Amino acid sequence: MTTVPPNTGAAPSAQTPRAKHSLFSPDKRTAARNAQESRFRSYGLVAIVLALLALVWLLFSIFSAGLPAFRQTFIEIPIMLDAAVLDKDGNGDPAEMASVTTIGYGKLIGKALGIELAAKGIDIGEMTAKDLVGMVSENAAADLRDMVLADPKLLGTTIQFTALAHGRIDGYFKGRVTMETAVRDNSTSPEKLMLADQLVAAGMMKMRFNSGFLSMPDASDKRPEAAGLGVAIIGSLYMMCVVLCLALPIGVAASVYLEEFAPKNRWTDLIEVNIANLAAVPSIVYGILGLSFFINFAGLPQSAPIVGGLVLTLMTLPRIIIPTRAALKAVPPSIRDAALGVGASKLQTVTHHVLPLAMPGVLTGTIIGLAQALGETAPLLLIGMVAFVRDFPGAPLSGLFDPASALPVQIYNWTQRGDPGFVERASGAIIVLLAFLIIMNTAAIILRRRYERRW
Amino acid sequence: MKDLRLERDVQTETNKIEARKVQVYYGTNHALKDVDVDILDKTVTAFIGPSGCGKSTFLRCLNRMNDTVASARVEGMITLEGENIYDQRVDPVQLRAKIGMVFQKPNPFPKSIYDNVAYGPKIHGLTRTKAELDEVVEACLRKAALWNEVKDRLQSPGTGLSGGQQQRLCIARAIATSPEVLLMDEPCSALDPIATAQVEELIDDLRSQFSVVIVTHSMQQAARVSQRTAFFHLGYLVEYGETGTIFTNPKDPRTESYITGRIG
Amino acid sequence: MSLGLLFLTVLALAALGYAVGRRKAMGTVGGDMRKLHSLPTFYGWITALGVVVPVLVVSLVWLFLEGFVIHNSALSQIDPADVPADSSINLMMADVTRLSQGLSVLESNGLDLAVIKQDLDALKIALGEAGVAMGNDPTPNMIAAAEAVRTTASYSRLGLTLATLGLALAGLAWGLRRISPDFRARNATERVSIGLLIVASLIAVLTTVGIVVSLMAETVHFFRVYPASTFFFSTTWDPKFGGGSTLGIMPLVWGTLYVSVISLIVAVPIGLFSAIYLAEYASRRVRSVVKPLIEVLAGIPTIVYGLFALITVGPILRDWIAMPMGFGNSSSTVMTAGLVMGIMIIPFVSSLSDDIINAVPQSLRDGSLGLGATPSETIRQVVIPAALPGIVGAVLLAASRAIGETMIVVLGAGAAAKLSLNPFEAMTTVTVKIVSQLTGDTEFSSPETLVAFALGLTLFTFTLALNVVALVIVRKYREQYE
Repeated sequence: MTTVPPNTGAAPSAQTPRAKHSLFSPDKRTAARNAQESRFRSYGLVAIVLALLALVWLLFSIFSAGLPAFRQTFIEIPIMLDAAVLDKDGNGDPAEMASVTTIGYGKLIGKALGIELAAKGIDIGEMTAKDLVGMVSENAAADLRDMVLADPKLLGTTIQFTALAHGRIDGYFKGRVTMETAVRDNSTSPEKLMLADQLVAAGMMKMRFNSGFLSMPDASDKRPEAAGLGVAIIGSLYMMCVVLCLALPIGVAASVYLEEFAPKNRWTDLIEVNIANLAAVPSIVYGILGLSFFINFAGLPQSAPIVGGLVLTLMTLPRIIIPTRAALKAVPPSIRDAALGVGASKLQTVTHHVLPLAMPGVLTGTIIGLAQALGETAPLLLIGMVAFVRDFPGAPLSGLFDPASALPVQIYNWTQRGDPGFVERASGAIIVLLAFLIIMNTAAIILRRRYERRW
Repeated sequence: MKDLRLERDVQTETNKIEARKVQVYYGTNHALKDVDVDILDKTVTAFIGPSGCGKSTFLRCLNRMNDTVASARVEGMITLEGENIYDQRVDPVQLRAKIGMVFQKPNPFPKSIYDNVAYGPKIHGLTRTKAELDEVVEACLRKAALWNEVKDRLQSPGTGLSGGQQQRLCIARAIATSPEVLLMDEPCSALDPIATAQVEELIDDLRSQFSVVIVTHSMQQAARVSQRTAFFHLGYLVEYGETGTIFTNPKDPRTESYITGRIG
Repeated sequence: MSLGLLFLTVLALAALGYAVGRRKAMGTVGGDMRKLHSLPTFYGWITALGVVVPVLVVSLVWLFLEGFVIHNSALSQIDPADVPADSSINLMMADVTRLSQGLSVLESNGLDLAVIKQDLDALKIALGEAGVAMGNDPTPNMIAAAEAVRTTASYSRLGLTLATLGLALAGLAWGLRRISPDFRARNATERVSIGLLIVASLIAVLTTVGIVVSLMAETVHFFRVYPASTFFFSTTWDPKFGGGSTLGIMPLVWGTLYVSVISLIVAVPIGLFSAIYLAEYASRRVRSVVKPLIEVLAGIPTIVYGLFALITVGPILRDWIAMPMGFGNSSSTVMTAGLVMGIMIIPFVSSLSDDIINAVPQSLRDGSLGLGATPSETIRQVVIPAALPGIVGAVLLAASRAIGETMIVVLGAGAAAKLSLNPFEAMTTVTVKIVSQLTGDTEFSSPETLVAFALGLTLFTFTLALNVVALVIVRKYREQYE
């Protein structure tokens, strides 16, 4: 703080009054104090601007990195599904057709692409058929195989197959890959990028909305273009169901007991301090609890949504109990007196009057607790949710015990991958996560605005 | 009404504060209407009236404390020695140094007794040395009739004093900035009768140096301490004059009803 | 019977109990409700509760004990001499569990288990095809153990089914028999309900107990295989797979504190000044917009901040500050993590401080303003000193949050355990090491894994102390002005 000069007005002694000074012209000291005032005020403004700038910077960074994940480059290739290659015995038995591996289908795609390019008169220079296969995602062959095995009648026909372009080709159109980087890159080459430009000119290659990002499962390290959030979204959904089904009733029951029935003694005081503290325990500690109790001790499977759900339930409980108790406390005692006065029992008073009146507050707290649980990552890492899971979990309830991923863990998982395409995926997944959070929080705000009473 | 000091005369006729056509709005609520008052120097002026009549509102206009209420709007003119205090050029900070205020509830800062009194002189830079400050603090505590009770514990917290002592501490704190006018908003409403008597005595002493304006809901108190009295009712200044006249021979029937206890 | 089906059956029985109990109660009084002690629904409820509650208790206990019994039955089949030298009994048991799951899969695929169990090679291939990965090849003993697991599990499941169904039916019968006009159904229902409420409120306590017990047990285990003095005082953190690790917590604590201090240096001034501005200067409209916006920062998941540190803040700090000024060339640094974490905890500081500043009585402000103090003088000399204990509490809570934060440091601070003063160097924290020691396939008897529990206990104790102190301070402060 700057020091302010002493008042230049005369007579600082206690007894003599200060020199007369017009109100209209501030003395030197007042001017200095007012300058200090506006400086102080501007510190506050600067702090707020900094905080808001940080928010904008964060969101801008995530959105600019993540929005491209929702658009993907696809190649359309007419493919003749040659029965002689794909079904050697010609009996259409899927079990025998399965002996043709994805490599066989890959070759088929490369050949078809070569034929189509020749037909369009695009010069492929010295590129081999193998190079051409490198234009499409390694996942395309698997997709084509699944398609044929699911519907053997396609054999012998020519289909218009939409294949995912290779991650590097996609990255080229998104500015991640350039001719210079392609020279040093094993997975692509400048020729491929130039061919990609020609394909776009020929209308065979297009970028469009990538619904697969939301529906497909995760993909391996070399195929960022095929990685999707399907399993993660289902896993998160399962966990949220577990949390909702357990934390809401238990949380409400605990709050009702503590607020309405519990005697005020040392024991309930301890429970109260305990709950306040649990809300502030680092989330990773809950992960350790989950690992040693639910997995090692109780023998529940790793990576399962049920374990994630249980751990998140324990984390969410105090975050539901605290707002629920506040909501119960906000119901005026006169309501309770009125119900008790007409002879209702204490439990009836609570279930018929207090709880319904407190419900908006309870639900708001629950939704916000769920939103926090949805974004929680650290405890899930410890209970093995970070594993690579490609298979969708089954239907509940047994599906709760199948391995699955979860949105935040999937994001973490992708940040640990080598291919830069996964940074885009991770940021895109954050946008999805934030979208869920915004929906949940908006619901909470609407609920509060609409139903909250002020007594 | 034996306490009426009818013999008390007004010592000076100079106007310290002049208010003309003052209107106060809180949002759309017109709280104070057309108030004209001249407040004399070295005089105790009492504002009386039923609760919600606007007497405290008007008091807070006099040192622009209403500025701190976002919805409040003041119109009209209030001058301090001829200078309009609502003028654009006036800095409320400087104004409030000249017009001090004591509040309804004793509100000592959570600091030591010494620091409470020294607060004003420090922020206004009224003293140059520690010795001077000590002198000011002692003088003000003496004037507030608190010195003998607290001289041995100046460094203990002001919040530890009794209610009456706290209020006298607040008065000491207010006079430490050597104001020209001292506003008091029901200073005794939170005090017991003995503490009230001490504060009233103090107010009478203060009159020699300041112009004191006191809001009170107690007519006896107004009669005991003031030379002039203004009666507010429903946002209007109904009657203003010498205290003796107001209490013995009110002109307005509303004043009479209030004095005799029929309204309020 | 699968657990889900069992659960549904019990629920159906309970519903039946409710309906029948209600009807029976009405029947006993010939349809005249007034002759009953309680409302008919209470007779229904008490019957339904009589079905559900015992079943719930018994099946939870059963499932809890099941794990031990199965484990022991498998353990009895394994000869300790069979355990390979480079492995442990725990790893072997994990294989047994996988093997037993694999056998079930093979059985459901229609393979004849009796045949394939004789041929270990065929079994291995079949398991591989079914997607069951094993650490070691199956041995006859392991197969026996796996079979023991399977039999015990199926017996246990059968027992559970019979026990719960029997209990549910018995509860139903007993409940229905009790119904008579004089039966105090409401009081009974309420007693049971309040009992359930108490159980619910105990879960919070049990969670704490669970945390403490699980951390303690493994930590004791750790200190049995690793000297505590090295753990607490060694300045080296160097875990090695083959043993011979040095596991000193010092560098981790240093990294944790360094990151937290930087984050507080960022968050406390920004948070405090925003809170002051919002509480004392901002108009109602500005406040209603800005306050929620700042709180959005608290609602963003930490993984988002982690990615932000990784892809944006880290590279910018490296390219614009660290590299040109020669501080280092890493993008994962203490500074990166501290800065991003600081942004994250701004709202923790500002919200709580805002509440606390608002709790300072207006009369104090009036008193100061009435003496001619400027608003900033009032804030600095009256409001802040009055609110100081609360603000200290808020900062302590924010510090506890920073110390326990995981994802930002995992992604932003790096993994190298170092004792360095340079904030542009990668360092690591307690939480990062808990994650790295406990993720992936871990073996639960090695000190390298167990150390995570000791780290967890240290972290828990530290944050617990901070939280309790902060909560007590804030509570005291609130009471002062209530």
